[in-house]
Amino acid sequence: MKLRFARKHLCIPYALFLALFVIAPILIMLYYAFTDSEGGFTLMNFASIFSDITALSAVLSSVSIALLTTAICLIIGYPVAYILARSGLKHGKTLLLLFITPMWINFVMRLNALKEFFALINILDKSAYFNTVIGMVYDFLPFMILPLYTTLIKMDNSLIEASQDLGANKIKTFVNVVIPQSMPGVISGITMVFMPSMTNYVISDILGRSHITILGKLIENYFMQNNWNMGAAISMMLLAVMFVFTWLTGGFNDDAANAKGVGL
Amino acid sequence: MDDKIIQLIGVSREYNTGIAVDNINLYVKKGEFITLLGPSGCGKTTTLRMIAGFEVPSSGQILLNGEDITKIPPYERPINTVFQRYALFPHLNVFDNIAYGLRQKRVTAVYENNKGERIEKKVKLTRKEIEEKVSKALKMVDLEEFEKRNVTTLSGGQQQRVAIARAIVNEPEILLLDEPLGALDLKMRKDMQLELKEMHKKLGITFIYVTHDQEEALTMSDTIVVMKDGTIQQIGTPMSIYNEPKNSFVADFIGESNICSGTIVGDKKVKFINHVFDCVDDFPLNEKVDVVVRPEDVFLMDEGKGQVNGVIASSIFKGVHYEMAFMVGKTEIIIQDTIERKEGERASIYIKPEDIHIMAKEFVSNRYEGYINKRNRVCFAEGEFDCDVTKLYPGSTLDEEGYLVLTTGEKLDLTNTEVIVEVGLKDIEIIDNDEDGDACGSIVSIIYKGDHYQIIIRTDEEEEDFVVDTEYVWNENDRVSVKIPPEKIGLKLKVAEGTRR
Repeated sequence: MKLRFARKHLCIPYALFLALFVIAPILIMLYYAFTDSEGGFTLMNFASIFSDITALSAVLSSVSIALLTTAICLIIGYPVAYILARSGLKHGKTLLLLFITPMWINFVMRLNALKEFFALINILDKSAYFNTVIGMVYDFLPFMILPLYTTLIKMDNSLIEASQDLGANKIKTFVNVVIPQSMPGVISGITMVFMPSMTNYVISDILGRSHITILGKLIENYFMQNNWNMGAAISMMLLAVMFVFTWLTGGFNDDAANAKGVGL
Repeated sequence: MDDKIIQLIGVSREYNTGIAVDNINLYVKKGEFITLLGPSGCGKTTTLRMIAGFEVPSSGQILLNGEDITKIPPYERPINTVFQRYALFPHLNVFDNIAYGLRQKRVTAVYENNKGERIEKKVKLTRKEIEEKVSKALKMVDLEEFEKRNVTTLSGGQQQRVAIARAIVNEPEILLLDEPLGALDLKMRKDMQLELKEMHKKLGITFIYVTHDQEEALTMSDTIVVMKDGTIQQIGTPMSIYNEPKNSFVADFIGESNICSGTIVGDKKVKFINHVFDCVDDFPLNEKVDVVVRPEDVFLMDEGKGQVNGVIASSIFKGVHYEMAFMVGKTEIIIQDTIERKEGERASIYIKPEDIHIMAKEFVSNRYEGYINKRNRVCFAEGEFDCDVTKLYPGSTLDEEGYLVLTTGEKLDLTNTEVIVEVGLKDIEIIDNDEDGDACGSIVSIIYKGDHYQIIIRTDEEEEDFVVDTEYVWNENDRVSVKIPPEKIGLKLKVAEGTRR
């Protein structure tokens, strides 16, 4: 038989990559999550997450830090994105670049700089919790601004004019038209900030000086202690939570996926 | 009381890129259906947006019922707009879209409190009132069953109807319509035209309509305002605009017309296509004029029986009538008639005196202000042209070094001498390649005048115009350059003399 090159063959390299580095590891993780140290099937790993105080407190602080970070990012990011996208600034693009350039500087370097700054103004030892939140906001803010900016800049100006034409003043127009129209951006911004801030333990390690344990750290700890089963179980649970979250916010819809695609 | 609902007084709107609306004066009567008509970029939409409040005039005043509303924001004006691309809120259904304006509204209600005092209060409309008004508006646009539908699932025509309902439900004093039928197909457009006209009658509110479609304007309006380059060309009823166009732009823009060059040869007598016609307009003797005759006003007769003989050059069936090109020498007259005459047939034409419309010629020649540069070339309209500088001083000559030697023996350096340049319409040559000529620009207007085209080429920066009469057809928006033979450039000193040496 003659070997024919078809367009679908172009995806072979990625399919291999996907199988080796995404699907296989997940299967391995699943195996460990549902087995005990002897290799027998068990659900004990999941049960002990909810009975173990350390694990529970890690879940709680992870969720609360992630929620707080996301909320602050949204409160800071929305006005910035709105001004950049809609107020017709002459140098809007340049300003946007200013907000994004920090992303190009090495992440660990940025965090250590922030740590030194905290030490300088004497707040490094005050609250590991808030230091972590500030660090996360600092790191993830661009991920909130970017998708918001892209949805706001795409918004049809005639909708705003129509709203004003129909008697709504600027504030009402903002509430009734701008916010609903920018929802895809809000959702993808939230997704892009909330998910990493649940697990990014490097920030809590450096800025919280390991006084605070979030889920990511907990997983690392279990793996370091050679308890792969527990580590895998928590990872799987996190994966499930994120899956549900994405599904609830419509992240699998075509529309939202498009908005996110532009955001990235 | 005068019944002017809206008045524009000396209104201009400038952008960084140029003037969109240039000092226009206009009033609209209460209950009138007025149409702003013109080609794209003529300033009609900008004018509408200033009335709506989306744009603030750079200068001038807008009065609503005699009160200045120039700086009042759109949400405080009793004016609603139907947008070009509908601008329906995609996150709301049909009902909520239409109810949007009603929900913003506050009406004054009078209460009596327990002490028997009357208290005035601003209140929202009740849910029931809103529902009643919305369903009435939906009925008006024939969309009764559509309340719960998502607007994004509607067809263009249905979205258009929702947009109209959303505006009229607020009972505005003025309804603005910005090319609302532009996105619909021909059949639907015709139906909507009649429906809108019907609606205008029923509602009794003032309609201000913007379109570039002359037929639409003629069908629907009480008054038409023809605009071009940010200025008003003519205001009048559809009938008067059609029958008595003020200039060749209006004549050409409104319907088909024959525009020929003519000369006044006597009292109410005009000569064109080599024949003296009686006419009804008074113009000074020997004046060069443009003559406009509508194709349906030309009667075809057997050869020798009419006023001018010629030959049928082509004939096309157009449904109701035939459109025939009738050649008198090199001049073409378009005729619409229900009886066909075959190509090549000889015939003659007759035109009634009242159907001959005479207009003063807009352009007799091109005039520019310019200066002479170091190389004794003349600069104007963003170009540099060879010219005969000795024309500036009769009898003068040029010496080898480029100085002008007068008859008195005096030597002049002409550098930077300011001059008035005059060039005839037929003396400018258009060149396809925009680098081969001496100045370049884009074609902004083409008007056919019987035996030639009148083309206006506008330069990019200073927006100077070259008006050119040519036999060759070009396309609007073409980039071209112009060349002028040196001997055809007329030069006059702007000030009495050049720099003396």
